[in-house]
Parts: sequence; structure tokens; C-alpha cells
Amino acid sequence: MLLGTLFPRFLARAGRPARSSLGRTLAKAAAGAAVFLGAMQPLYALPVQKVLAIPAFARKYGLPCSACHTAWPELNNFGQAFRDNGYQLMNDRDSPIYQNPTYFPITFRITPNWHVESTTHQPVDSIPGGGGGSISQDKTVTTHGFDLSGLDIWTAGTLFKNVSFSVLPSANSAGAFHFENVYIRFDNLGGSRWLNLKFGKFELDNLISEKRFLFLSANGGLYQTYHFAPPGDSTGFGVGDNQIGVELMGHSAKSYTRYSVALLSSNEGQVGLPSNRTYDAYLTFSQAFQVRSLGLQRFGAFAYIGERPTVTQTSSASGAPVPIAGAATGNKPFYRVGFAGDLYALRGKWEFLPYYVHGYDNAFLGTMTAANMALPPGAHAPVWNGGFLESHYYVSPQFVLTGRYEIIRMAQQALDTTPGNLSDIDAYSFGYRWYPFMYSRAGLAFHNEYSMARSRGTAPLSGDGVGAAFSPSSGVWSRSLLIGFDFDF
Amino acid sequence: MKFAVSVVAFLPGLAYLLLAAGAAPCSAQINIHVHSATGPAESHLGNLTGHSEAGKQLYRRFCIGCHGPNGDGKGENAPYLADGILPRDFTLGLFKCRSTPSGSIPQDSDLFDTVGRGLVTTGMPSWGPLTDQDRADLVAFIKTFSPRFVEEKPDKAITIPAETADTPESQKRGEELYQKTLKCFECHGKSGRGDGPSAPTLRDNKGNPIPPYDFTTGSRFKCGASNGDLYRIFMTGLDGTPMPAWSDWVSPDQGWDLVHYLRTLQVNYKTGKSKPAPPSREKSKENTAKLK
Repeated sequence: MLLGTLFPRFLARAGRPARSSLGRTLAKAAAGAAVFLGAMQPLYALPVQKVLAIPAFARKYGLPCSACHTAWPELNNFGQAFRDNGYQLMNDRDSPIYQNPTYFPITFRITPNWHVESTTHQPVDSIPGGGGGSISQDKTVTTHGFDLSGLDIWTAGTLFKNVSFSVLPSANSAGAFHFENVYIRFDNLGGSRWLNLKFGKFELDNLISEKRFLFLSANGGLYQTYHFAPPGDSTGFGVGDNQIGVELMGHSAKSYTRYSVALLSSNEGQVGLPSNRTYDAYLTFSQAFQVRSLGLQRFGAFAYIGERPTVTQTSSASGAPVPIAGAATGNKPFYRVGFAGDLYALRGKWEFLPYYVHGYDNAFLGTMTAANMALPPGAHAPVWNGGFLESHYYVSPQFVLTGRYEIIRMAQQALDTTPGNLSDIDAYSFGYRWYPFMYSRAGLAFHNEYSMARSRGTAPLSGDGVGAAFSPSSGVWSRSLLIGFDFDF
Repeated sequence: MKFAVSVVAFLPGLAYLLLAAGAAPCSAQINIHVHSATGPAESHLGNLTGHSEAGKQLYRRFCIGCHGPNGDGKGENAPYLADGILPRDFTLGLFKCRSTPSGSIPQDSDLFDTVGRGLVTTGMPSWGPLTDQDRADLVAFIKTFSPRFVEEKPDKAITIPAETADTPESQKRGEELYQKTLKCFECHGKSGRGDGPSAPTLRDNKGNPIPPYDFTTGSRFKCGASNGDLYRIFMTGLDGTPMPAWSDWVSPDQGWDLVHYLRTLQVNYKTGKSKPAPPSREKSKENTAKLK
């Protein structure tokens, strides 16, 4: 209730179409399509991979986890400055030549857990197996049991003074690995902290990091706004996903002022050349201020501008048309712009993370129409607004209470016939993390979280369930309860 | 109404979360004991006042790993710090980096600057990214480890006169002081590498081996990066170490001559560029000045 009050529903919602019988029919068709498209969502968007706190750094420098983290893995400003400096404290002892030769900067993180997943309005056969006489019933499906998270094995640090790196092979809970990030970074070019060049696959320089946040469950362990796509959209982009490219960033001595400019391949961080030959750009800027009795207050803005192809070039030289890899054309634009903050009260004990994003996709992307074809009648560019307010209360460096309310509203659907609030999302998360010890060798957190998200006419972004036919008055609730031991070494 | 339904659906989950998983027992077990020697203290930096009670939490978050829960430099990481340079023992009230004469406790601004600047070549990083209020609170809390801050008042900061011209003649005079008159080379070595004949025998006030500063590495010093910082180190000495205060033996002009000569030993130092990458003494002074 408090969060709802604090976060007024100012996000724009465009006028909803009148619902005639024809409209209802079309709405059902659109909802059905949305269900299909939801199920077909790119798998690489989920689950969210967590970047971890790095006990290897704590071991290297002899600092407790709490020096760099408000509550690990979330960075405080000291940790942010350390990261901005290329994992260096700038104390003339950063180069590996000062380390014990046996020292190797490697760490891992995994979370054994017990969790419950429950999703409402699921189509369930009245007769298991769907035999004769079976009908589809609307039911709530609940599952629970002991489980593992994915495993991150991370090495990062310095190759030399002002040359840093990160390699993060990450496995899902079944042990299938991929590279979550791999990059080399040239720090303080020309002796200036305003010029740092990163090359490889990396997390976008989001003011509020989804890789370092304090939620783990299927519904709470992602920012919905970081992965949202309008119904029927082919853009396939999430600002929360690591991307491949090059990033120039700079920061002031205390990292109060920060900027980044990234040029990225337009394939959503996937390896292999992209389907087309365009590049995306991501720009961020933030500024922090000291407010004496409150703590550090940071405000920032961001813009992601990109293009995606709509036409696949083919070759029929050998008979049937075969797509030519990497040569798609008919690029159409999309963008995400917004602002975020990292605000403190009570001298740093109470943290607030507000976030707002405005999303726009070209009508061709929004309707999955090839650029050399005519748009469907009444097609528009889908436009949406999203945001969240997250809060952490640090009872001590070893105990933190967490909460978040998130909202996404479609401002304009790609087609007039699509219900105005199809795919709207509301999400809530609450929990706490307790760190029974806080040393520089390893970290352990007793993690408890309850999260719930409602999506209308589409499958929940958590991946649970298949969604349900659109209803203007209700949606699919997907709920998670997770209790686990989050540890890294 | 819909929101109310959501809340009703949500609350049982939250209640289960908090009660079944035991948040209360967790919160009750989070108190690491930090022991002070005195009552609450304050620090004063211009119009900024630091409070030890607030600093206690910050100390626990940032400092306890090296300086220990008792402030005696016996934190869990102390034995593993680079080059065997041990963390400061706050209980003695002895500090290397001061603007006050040898033997005096430091001013609050000295501790504030040290926290912000860090001690290059040691495990003490620059805590500049913390807010000024946090650093002021930390200073106030550090003072509670030693009764000296209750029983004594810091002396006035020494005066640093205007720098003389950095000329070959000045450097030559400085070399004369370093190699012959003051015999600095006995500890710091003929070429300033910290390898003088007395170096292996040096001990700090607690009997621990302590290496003399190697001027050939970097362009900063433990207590600052500017020529003024280097001058002040000569004149105040580094309490708790064998480095004495030279204020009774050298004149201000000789002090500057020594500064100019020592700069020639620093291979990475370029004249006029005594403000390298952060942390720097200048930045700290700027911050302190702003507070005033």
C-alpha cells in the first residue's frame, strides 16, 4: 500500500478502444496471438543471469564485502568507484606484480534453494492426458520443491596497471554454460579517468543494475521493464541483457559524475554475427550529490537507440529460397529513454531506486511486417511506459529488507484492434537478506523473497505458465516464494 | 479495489515469509561488538560535525577488517596486507599524517584528509567516494579508540611558507642535505630506493619492521602528493615511525631544497605535474576548504 502510494500511477495510458462485438472478437484473436508470441519469446532474455560480488577482490585487498557493497551484490559508491577505476583501488598496488604468485582472482556463486511457483488462470485438461471427454479448465498451477540456481564462475581483475578484464562463464541450473560477459578494459587512457575503453560482452552501464540486485526468485529476479516487449513485437531487446560491443566511459574522482557511450552489435548480446549490419547505441549519464543528513543522491538518464531488420535476404540459386545469414535488410528503429535514481535517506540506511522508461518501436517492428510490405490497416508504432520503485532498508551491513513495485502500461498498441491494456504488467516483491558473517574471504546470505506479477493476456516474464486469454478485468498472477542460501567464494 | 485484492493476496505470503523464515532471529544476531575507549565523540570540519555513533556503523562496514573491532590494528586481514605494512593502531593516538608538530595528536582535518586520500603503497585505500558526512562521522568514531583525544588538544598546524624556486642550485643544496648533512641516505638509500644501510634495522613504535619510503616508485607519498605535502612531512615527521621531524634542524628554505632534490629521485614525477590521478592531497584540501 505504501509503495503504491509513493509511486502514483502517472505513467501514461492512451485511450482504450471501444469494445464492440467485433472488437471483442479481434481482441480474442490478438490475445491468442499474444499468448503464442509470449511463448515464443526469445529464450535468451530469461532467466536473468546474476553478476556476483567478488570475494576474489576482497581477498586481494583485504576489505570486507560491505566496503564495496551496500549488501552484496549491490554496489555502494565506493564499490562503483572501484569498478569504474578498472577494479583498482589506485593505491599503486593494483598491478598483479604486487600479488602473491599463487593468487588467482576467481570466484563462484550459486544458490541452493526451496521455492514455490504458482500461476493462475492456466488451461488444464480436466482429464490428465487430455483423453476423450477432456475439456480445458481454468486452474491455478502450483509447484514447489528444492532446487539450484545457475552457477557463475567469475574471474576478473587487472592484467597490468590500468588494463582490467572480466570473464564470466555462467551455467544454468542444468549445467549448460555460456559466456555471460567477457571483456578487456583499458583504464585511464592518457592518464584521464574520463577515458576508459571496454571491449567485448558486458553489462550495459545501467544506473540500477539488474545483475547486482537483491532479488532472486522467478518473478522478482528480473526487472520487468528491462525485458518487456509489446505484444506482437519483433524487436527482441532488453536493456537488462548483456550486449557485445565497445564502451567508452568516464567518471570523476569519486565517481559522482559518470557517463558512458556504447556502440553495440544489434544481436542482443548473442555470439555470432548479427542478422543484419547495423549497430545500436546506448548513452548514459548520472550525477550524484551529497545531501548531508540524507546521504548520497544520484540521478541519471539513459537512451538506447537501435534498429532491427524486417526483411531477410534470400537466395534461390539452389532451388528453394534460403536466408542469407547476416544480410537482413529493411531496418526499422526503436528506442528506450528514461531516467533513474539512487537515493538515500536516514544517512544511507534507507535506499530508494526509482526508474522510469519510455519505449517506442517502429510500426513495422510492432506488427512484424517486412519493410517491403504494406503495414496492416490502422498500424501504429507501439509505445509503452514502465517503471518501478525499489527500496532497501539496511538494518545493519548484515541485514537488509527489500521491496519493489513495478508497473508497465501500454500507451499505444500496434493495432487499434488490440486491447489497450493487453500485456500490461504489475509486479510486487518483498524480502530480506541476512548475512550471518561479513569477512573478506567469502559471502553467505540467507535469502527470503516473495514476489508476484500480473500480466494481461500474455505469459508472465518469469516464464511460468503459458498466459491466458486476455481479460480486461483480470490477468494472470504468477507468484514466487524463494528461501535459499546465496553464497559465493 | 483491484489493488486491495492484490494486497490481500500478497499479505499472507509476506507474513509467511517473515514468520516462517525467521526474520526476527536473524536481525537479533547481527551485532558485532566494536569496543571504544571513550564515550561518544564529535569531529568538527568547518560547519560539518561528525558523530561517533553514526561513525560506528561505518567503521564496522568499511574499516573493521583491517583495524579490528578494538581499533588496535588487529583486524582479521591485518596479517595479510601487502608488504607487511600493518594497519594503524588507533588506541595509541599516534598518527603519521598530521599538520601538527611531532608529538601532538592530529587535527580532525588531518584524519579527514587521510581517510579521503588513503595511504599510497599500503593497504589503506582512498575513501574519497564516501560522503563528507560519512568521513566526518568516521573521524569522530576513530577518536573514541584513544583517550588522548579526550585528554589532549591538538596543537596548531605548522606553517608552510611559500615555495622557493625549483632550480638546479636548490636541488644541489637539497642533495647536500640528503647525502651529507642530514644523512637521509642511511635509511632511504643513496638513490632513494629505501635501501640504505640502516633500512633493515628500522622498527616502528610497536617493534615491527618498517621499510623506509622508496622515492623511485610513483609520484605520491603516504601523506600527500604535492610539494607542500612533502615539506610538511619533513617538518612534522611521521609519528610512530623512525622518521623524525626536521623542523628544529632545517630552515624553511632548506626544507624546500630537500623537496626539490627528492623530486629528482622520482622517475615518474614530472615537474609541474604533482597532481597525478586521485587520490591527491590537493583534492582533499579542496574538500576541506569547501567545508569551511
